[in-house]
Amino acid sequence: MLQMTHISKVFRTDLVQTHALRDFSLTVKEGEFVAVTGPSGSGKTTFLNIAGLLETFDTGSYLLDGKDVSHLSDDARSRLRNEKIGFIFQGFNLIPDLSVFDNVDVPLRYRGLDGKARRQRIEAALEQVGLASRAKHLPSQLSGGQQQRVAIARALAGTPRVLFADEPTGNLDSLMARQVLEMLEEINAKGTTIVMVTHDPELARRAHRNIHVMDGQVSDFTDFSQALSARDALAA
Amino acid sequence: MFAHNLFLAWKSLRQNPVLSLLMIGAIGLGIGVCMTTLTVYTLMSNNPIPQKSSVLYAVQLDSWDPNEAWGEPNQPPSQLNWRDTQALLKSEIPQRQVAMFRSGFAVQEPGNKLPAFLAEARVTTADFFEMFQVPFIYGGGWDASADHDQQQLVVLSKKTNDTVFGGTNSVGKTLKLDDREFRVVGVTEDWNPTPKFYDLNNGSFAKPEELYVPFGLVEPLELKSFGNTNGWKPEQINSYQDFLNAEEVWIQYWAELPDAKSREAYQAFIDHYVGEQKKLGRYPRPLNNQLTNVVDWMRINEVVTEDSKVLLGLSFLFLAVCLLNIVGLLLSKFLGKSGETALRRALGATHWQILQKNLVEVGLIGLLGGVLGLLLAFAGLQGVKLLYRGYERLVQLNGELLLVALGIALASSLIAGLYPAWRAARLAPAGLLKTQ
Repeated sequence: MLQMTHISKVFRTDLVQTHALRDFSLTVKEGEFVAVTGPSGSGKTTFLNIAGLLETFDTGSYLLDGKDVSHLSDDARSRLRNEKIGFIFQGFNLIPDLSVFDNVDVPLRYRGLDGKARRQRIEAALEQVGLASRAKHLPSQLSGGQQQRVAIARALAGTPRVLFADEPTGNLDSLMARQVLEMLEEINAKGTTIVMVTHDPELARRAHRNIHVMDGQVSDFTDFSQALSARDALAA
Repeated sequence: MFAHNLFLAWKSLRQNPVLSLLMIGAIGLGIGVCMTTLTVYTLMSNNPIPQKSSVLYAVQLDSWDPNEAWGEPNQPPSQLNWRDTQALLKSEIPQRQVAMFRSGFAVQEPGNKLPAFLAEARVTTADFFEMFQVPFIYGGGWDASADHDQQQLVVLSKKTNDTVFGGTNSVGKTLKLDDREFRVVGVTEDWNPTPKFYDLNNGSFAKPEELYVPFGLVEPLELKSFGNTNGWKPEQINSYQDFLNAEEVWIQYWAELPDAKSREAYQAFIDHYVGEQKKLGRYPRPLNNQLTNVVDWMRINEVVTEDSKVLLGLSFLFLAVCLLNIVGLLLSKFLGKSGETALRRALGATHWQILQKNLVEVGLIGLLGGVLGLLLAFAGLQGVKLLYRGYERLVQLNGELLLVALGIALASSLIAGLYPAWRAARLAPAGLLKTQ
């Protein structure tokens, strides 16, 4: 689904240059749930921005769903983002003066879908996150957990191949964080690939695979998939 | 998508009403000032008779002072004297020709129920009505025989007919002008050529006359000019006949010359006439007779003053200053919403889609500013009306000017908004999402 090879990214100012990613290589398979951890400034967000086509990189290659995105134009990257990628942010990033319905509608408008198709997708997505009855509410009328569910619905409505989540539970209390995580697991179980950046080791352990980033490089892999399978077998 | 962008623009304006009102107010003020001056300027420079302006010629004969031209640069007088007028009227070259001047009469309605009132009049030859395409409600003008036979006929304006005859068809009825009976032959519609090109001597924007009588009555009734009379040499004038024989100029003269051939022939005719007069000791200046069409006539007579042009330029400069302020306000607005823009980009919007969204918002601000500007322009024109006498007829906004105002508002706001909208659309989304 996602194959990064020897990616490097340097941020330059007049005085300094910062190597955000160095020789960064990572492959994420279709249907995987991968957690990316690492200290602040390690390059997690730069990785997520490059993976989500929000940022370009200096060297290396990147295949997204089998397509080489290294030299795509900005417009082509926008279209690809719209069609294949969903984002969930720590701060929810809802547009405050739009209703829940209209917030979920945003990416669908840019895809050029007609009104009927958009309505069906929005209603299905809101149904899936349990907020169908709140479609007309403004974000400010919802709790933090509900707002994050709206953000998830917005990502789901576009039926993305991969979901990038940046600290999706960072602004939530533990109960709501658990609900959101369960929702992500449910989405992943239906086949959507998820790449989640987090500081929380507990959260990271729920993923199939944990990738630790340090100084712009992948420093460690932990594969939980076997352990998770064993846990699930025991639970059964 | 346009309708959706319009919806988003409206929401965005309501989100920050103070900033929105500032921008709308700035555009409105600029447009209001511009439209006030542009309205006056447009009406001043309007071609009052576009369908015929190229075939109607003001006739000028240079009978003036040998030592000093009548006007700069070397302009002959804009009016003729009685003797030359009589000679020119004999020519059959023009398709139509008019000799006329401004006068006035005490008008008394036939039943003597209303007090007499003074009405401005135009004393003119018969061709006036057809030549200047005067529209009639009732009847029409008189024919050349009325001038020749010195018939006491009158054409009334609609206003005069309303006053004297209550708006009814008064053709055939009589009324008294200076205690003499005149028979009504026609009633004009509200005819209002602006500028009043056919007589720029007596106010370019003066109202049309309230009644018209035949030029043939000048001599028998000793009709006097209420307009400008100019002379260049001392003359002994002891009687009306002395006045008619003097070199004083007071009659406006127009000829309708439909093609180049008739124009050349008429030019030759007046040059020949003046040549003959020179032999009699008149016309001491070098030959300088001119035929000038309507548009050039208004230019020569400076219907549009230099002040008006300067004022128009200044008002557009003021609009430019308003727009510069708006550039700053729009930059602040769009950059203030950079988080939302970054989010939209992350969700798949292209640069162009963001630019479109921003430009629709700018356009909406422009249109609202345009509407405010029209209200201010209306108020400004009322101010002009109060401050400047003689400009009353200029200060009205018509449909065309309304569209021009909205067009200028839209275009200028889009020009002002292009850079802020483009700049906001080019922001890199990655760094802005965390702060949204």
